[in-house]
Amino acid sequence: MLKVMDSAVPIACWSCSIGHNDSTLFCPHCSKIQPPPGGDYFSVFGLEPRLNLDLTALEHEFHRLSRKVHPDRFARAEENERQWSLADTALLNDAYRTLKEPLHRTEYLLKLEGAEIGDEFAGTNGKDPGRAPADLLEEVFELNMQLEEMRMARKTGEADPELQAGLEQAKRKFDVLLEEVDHDLHTEWNKWDEGDAAARKKAEKAMVDLLHRRRYLSNLVRDVTETLGA
Amino acid sequence: MAEGRVVGIDLGTTNSLVAYMQGDAPVVIPGVDGSNLVPSVVALDPIPAGGGRPTVTVGNSARKSLIETPERVIYSVKRLMGRGLEEIHDELKMFPFRLAGDMEAGEVPRISLGELKFTPSEISAYILRQLKRNAERFFGAPVTQAVITVPAYFNDAQRQATKDAGRMAGLEVLRLVNEPTAAALAYGLDRANVGTIAVYDMGGGTFDISILKLRDGIFEVQSTNGDTHLGGDDIDNLLLTIALDEIHSEHGVDLRGHPGAVQALRKAAIDAKISLSTEAAAHFDIELPNGDRYQREIPRSVFELLIEPVLERTVSPCKQALADAGLTPEQIDEVVLVGGSTRIPAVRQLVDELFHLGARGKKPHIELNPDEVVALGAAVQADILAGASKATGEMLLLDVTPLSLGIEALGGTVARIIQRNSTIPASATEHFTTGVDGQTNVAIHVLQGERELAADCRSLARFDLKGIPPMSAGLPRIEVKFLIDADGILKVSAREQRSGKAAKIEVKPTYGLTDEQVESMILDSFDHAEEDFARRLLIEARNEAETILSAVERAPENPTWKLLTGEEQGAIGSARDQLSAVKLGEDVGAIRNATLALDQATRRFAELMMDAAVAGAIRGKTMETAGKELGDEVTAPHPMATAEFK
Repeated sequence: MLKVMDSAVPIACWSCSIGHNDSTLFCPHCSKIQPPPGGDYFSVFGLEPRLNLDLTALEHEFHRLSRKVHPDRFARAEENERQWSLADTALLNDAYRTLKEPLHRTEYLLKLEGAEIGDEFAGTNGKDPGRAPADLLEEVFELNMQLEEMRMARKTGEADPELQAGLEQAKRKFDVLLEEVDHDLHTEWNKWDEGDAAARKKAEKAMVDLLHRRRYLSNLVRDVTETLGA
Repeated sequence: MAEGRVVGIDLGTTNSLVAYMQGDAPVVIPGVDGSNLVPSVVALDPIPAGGGRPTVTVGNSARKSLIETPERVIYSVKRLMGRGLEEIHDELKMFPFRLAGDMEAGEVPRISLGELKFTPSEISAYILRQLKRNAERFFGAPVTQAVITVPAYFNDAQRQATKDAGRMAGLEVLRLVNEPTAAALAYGLDRANVGTIAVYDMGGGTFDISILKLRDGIFEVQSTNGDTHLGGDDIDNLLLTIALDEIHSEHGVDLRGHPGAVQALRKAAIDAKISLSTEAAAHFDIELPNGDRYQREIPRSVFELLIEPVLERTVSPCKQALADAGLTPEQIDEVVLVGGSTRIPAVRQLVDELFHLGARGKKPHIELNPDEVVALGAAVQADILAGASKATGEMLLLDVTPLSLGIEALGGTVARIIQRNSTIPASATEHFTTGVDGQTNVAIHVLQGERELAADCRSLARFDLKGIPPMSAGLPRIEVKFLIDADGILKVSAREQRSGKAAKIEVKPTYGLTDEQVESMILDSFDHAEEDFARRLLIEARNEAETILSAVERAPENPTWKLLTGEEQGAIGSARDQLSAVKLGEDVGAIRNATLALDQATRRFAELMMDAAVAGAIRGKTMETAGKELGDEVTAPHPMATAEFK
């Protein structure tokens, strides 16, 4: 599907009064800074929504736009231009921060497409791990037992090399599973980027499930790492 | 645009500096005594007999009052900036801050200075005003805009307090810049740098670590961490505590109740610390009030053992910053050392180990004076903001917020809305609703910090979304936008979306001054009167001349005078005559030069008097005699003049 990037009704530039589309930080006619455009994060960089991004090009564009729009460039400008520079730069920074991170980017695009994914997928402070993926129930159960034993052993000050080795092995296993999820996500990215509307809907659903699984796995790995390192 | 120069200011815990861009190189502007460093010390002069407005002295001339009249002097006030009453207890144990007695919880702490009380922002404003005047004297033109540096790890309240201080001093603060980032700008100016650098900044009272990527003139901060209460002061306090304890136990003399003696001992401790950076051992040899001598040798090895716990506290911020940037020590191309405390060999050793420098055949950067590099960087940023400069036209600084921003959620947990190390300006939009039918207010508690529970984070502000149209519970949809600006300061705006009404928001900072309070504390409007600027410069120059002349008139009465050679006495005499001849003329430059010449001629005399006063204070000489001997001239001793206790 195509995002509507150019609004049907052009917005008049505050400075030169010539109409322009609403997804630009600067007036294409007089180059004056404009209030924050209404488009999505991709449009800030002049991009269509997509999941495979050239990160070097993205960084380059981020730097180029920063040079033009940053409040440092407007320190002695009029109040309205200073405010827009602040708001535009916040938008630019928020957009760059979201798009350069693969998981944040995926999550953002899914939300943009209206997928129901809840909050804090890629975030680090999601405390509710949610339900365990069905195929992992048995292993997760066993792992949680081991973690509990390990914590008890720590408390009493006993070293249990066998338990330690078991946890390290489990961590390696879950690390591999995480890598698999990332690989599968990449495959879905390609399907979404290349596919038609129906293929995209299918890929979106797959990605929502993969993000769930990924969050669950990374919480587990974090727990194991913390317990091992305690 | 007909604006004046923008200066860069390093408002430090121990020393403050002002710098500007001279052509394509930043330069520090010296004060009236020729010194680049203005000690961050503020003294309230005795109120003239018969009343009248009290005057405030800043810098070297305020330092000597530390020993004479410690109850009228304050230093290291940066440690109190933006902090609440209940946060400053630890500081009060180690610093002679005297809190006003009549304060209520939630109020900005006020410090007693003689008969008057001041907020930390007001004290800082006096320091800033002195720097502003130094710059105006140097340019011969008004200075109204500045960039001020702050520790990278300063929180919102500490930043706001610094900005308030600028406003009180009559300065428009165009930008707050993080100190380590400023240092990187100063270093990055003269070389086409591409790479990743770490700035290790240990000053008098604060520690910061920042990791930056440099590329095509863009300085992009990757991560920052630190401790706003860790620095050289802590090392001084360790030495001071040992000396006080030993004097008490070995000689039965408790000096803790004698502020003047403690200050003199503190000066000896600082001298010892400084000498230990180059010498194998330092010596305390101090005569006590009961005639005993406190003699103590501190070998460098003992000193290093002593300060190890202080230095160790810098390790975990460094490791966290590396982890947040996703880098290993080997991926750091350059390390820059900033702040006076990085002169300590043990600190350099630690940095070497942290970043595996020696192992990779690298050395940390110390080419720029660690006391001046932050001010120089502030001048570079000032030049960037002033715009249209060849030297800095291609440079841009992209800094980050050091702490995560969150909102208190149900159960006292924190929902993070902007993660730490996000490039600023940064924003987040959150939606709120009501829990009760017809509810028209929603309270929001904003916090800063990394902990999971609201109680463990720094409370930034509690505010009410007011004027929500009465609707059924859960129906209003209030959009609140949180924006951290380029100074690292939070701005909040809100609107109710269903009714389209812009909800009126009242933002009440948990700590900090209101706009009206800041307004009422603006130092003096005289500073804004640009039309009589030339006149004011002349008056100030004449006042300085008068002050030094009257001090020199009384000099021969001082026993120290006899310690000068005939040649030195003669030089003072002719410099005095020269100044007397020009002081009533209209030539500001001539008066100033003659004042400076007299100041130079009397420098050794001032140092001798300072030493005598320090020794006198330790011996328990009365303040009155010490004060009489010191006089009140502007010929102040160098901040770190070595004291000899004979």
